[in-house]
Amino acid sequence: MLIVKDLHAKVEGKEILKGINLEVNPGEVHAIMGPNGSGKSTLANVLAGHENYEVTGGEVTFFGKDLLDMDADVRSKEGLFLSFQYPVEIPGVSMVNFLKTALNEHRKYQGKDELKAGDFLKLMKEKKALVEIDSHLTNRSVNEGFSGGEKKKNEIFQMAMLEPKLAILDETDSGLDIDALRIVAHGVNALKRPDNATIVVTHYQRLLDYIVPDFVHVLYNGRIVKSAGKELALELEEKGYDWIKKEVGA
Amino acid sequence: MTEAKRNQEINQRLANLFESNVHLLEDGAGGVLNDARKPAIEAFRKQGIPDFKTENYKYTNLAKIFANENHRRVFAYEESNVNLHELFQCDVPELDTNLVMLTNGWYYSGNEQLTELPEGVVVTSLRKAAVEYPELVEKYYGKMADPEKDPLTALNTAFAQDGVFIYVPRSVVVEKPIQIIDLMRGGENTYATQRNLVIAEENSQVKVIFCDHTLDPQDYMVNNLTEAHVGENAVVDFYNLQNQHNKAVNLTGLYIRQERNSNVLTNTLSLHGGIVRNNLNVLIDGEHAEANLYGLALTDKSQHVDNFTFVEHAHPDCQSNQLFKNVLDDQSTGGFTGRIHVGRGAHGTLAYQRNNNVLLTGTAKMNTKPQLVIDNDDVKCSHGATVGRIDEEALFYLKSRGIAEREARLMLMYAFAHEVLQEVRVEKLGERIDELVNKRLRGEVSKCHSCVMDCES
Repeated sequence: MLIVKDLHAKVEGKEILKGINLEVNPGEVHAIMGPNGSGKSTLANVLAGHENYEVTGGEVTFFGKDLLDMDADVRSKEGLFLSFQYPVEIPGVSMVNFLKTALNEHRKYQGKDELKAGDFLKLMKEKKALVEIDSHLTNRSVNEGFSGGEKKKNEIFQMAMLEPKLAILDETDSGLDIDALRIVAHGVNALKRPDNATIVVTHYQRLLDYIVPDFVHVLYNGRIVKSAGKELALELEEKGYDWIKKEVGA
Repeated sequence: MTEAKRNQEINQRLANLFESNVHLLEDGAGGVLNDARKPAIEAFRKQGIPDFKTENYKYTNLAKIFANENHRRVFAYEESNVNLHELFQCDVPELDTNLVMLTNGWYYSGNEQLTELPEGVVVTSLRKAAVEYPELVEKYYGKMADPEKDPLTALNTAFAQDGVFIYVPRSVVVEKPIQIIDLMRGGENTYATQRNLVIAEENSQVKVIFCDHTLDPQDYMVNNLTEAHVGENAVVDFYNLQNQHNKAVNLTGLYIRQERNSNVLTNTLSLHGGIVRNNLNVLIDGEHAEANLYGLALTDKSQHVDNFTFVEHAHPDCQSNQLFKNVLDDQSTGGFTGRIHVGRGAHGTLAYQRNNNVLLTGTAKMNTKPQLVIDNDDVKCSHGATVGRIDEEALFYLKSRGIAEREARLMLMYAFAHEVLQEVRVEKLGERIDELVNKRLRGEVSKCHSCVMDCES
């Protein structure tokens, strides 16, 4: 579904991604791990289409289409989803209006009719239960006054509403207590289907106890320097990242 | 021509206009209005037309505007050849108001008697009131708006002939808002002077909605001034919906004096207009009174909206809140000056002011200037002004969920405006304005010939 070939990207003139290669197929869970500053979040944002990141080389196809040629909203409608590391607060835009607009844009793109108000509320209720998000939160403005954990739950809730084909979870575990982490992981697992895939971007191995990856990649200095099965995550947890750095440096 | 010479010519022309038409101005207007004229034109002569060098008008150069106008004046009531109520019909049954119409600042002769007003409440033409209720008019007319202190006020007082008069007696609550629709009409460029007087006596309550509109595409200028007396414990709202067109000049003054324990809310919504200048003056003249001033301006093309506020805290333990927002597109311009004076005796004052602006283009321009003068130590005052762009991170967030750029921008602009819109204490009006603002932001009302009452047409 996703094929990344030799992807290079810059932020504010500085090259962060220096040739990423990655292939993700339906039904797979990939973990991307790496020390701080290795380019993990940059990769997530570049794939989602953030304009502050300038792609300087390489190509990315998503179901055979040129992903880099699409605007961020089109990527979303094609089935890509980014769970933000730091979801932004948007005062004055209500959660309900936001979700309804987003969902209907997706449906329009797929040639479907807009959801009826009643059906929308029913769907919302169902998906809210999945991530155990408080009802009062969805009556507020987007992320406004949400705690860190609530913001992360809200990301997974949106993911549940939009049912993406490929979800990229950017450090969804950061700042989450263990209970919230379990709820978020449970939500992600419940959404797993043979025809969708997940990329879990994380610094730590803990989340991977709950969302079990098929592949673990180590990103270091803008490149994927090591790929293996889930056992690699445990090794990283035990030994830290220094041995990778040495191995690469050597 | 030098600026001094230009200004001199304008001053002379306006003074001549007064001298040669004073008999028309005085005809049937009643002694109270007429007695104020000559001192007012004198006061204007002394101050002269303000230009960019005049501190209070530095963001709106009136001399430039007056230099280029040669508008027809309306010195006598002109009968309408069509029924204005039919021309301008209300299609919003939920917004139930006591409605009166004005045309070119004059009270429309086809206004029907308002039958649902509580006993003792008067809504009528100002010139009629000056004759029928001379004591009332005399007690309040010209007492809040001082021609010596502002040239537009001087001009308005010199040329005032009609407008609306509202009187709410002691302890009477007018539940249905009183709505005044002023329609600028005429086949040629027209200048109108409108003068309103609102008297809300002790413990009374009333909500007044001023809607400024045009029905024709000509260039219009309005000098519209309202004086309002808000008695002890009274609760009064003023909404002003400015929805003219881009060739209209709207010069509006609102002077309010509040007595103790009173509560005032003003909300000025500038949706369409070429050049709009709003002077909002509130004198808090008694303890424990509260004044809330809100304003929202949405501008594009070469529109200009300038809000000037002056809140005078003259007594202890009062509160004032000001929130003004501008969304500026294309090469439109805006100004905000927020003056607060806390007097020596006004301890325990709470005075807050905020002006937030979004520039949608690199060519739009906003000037903002808070002016706080505080002559007392025991006060809480704050002011904040921001001029910024649409939050790019919020925009990306919305887009990343499948919402296209245009729609995402609209959502953010609407969200920005909503903070002002929610400060409308007439529920149906609030919903209606919400809708109108939404349409305005979408560019669906490019030249609006209709008001909040009739915006489906």
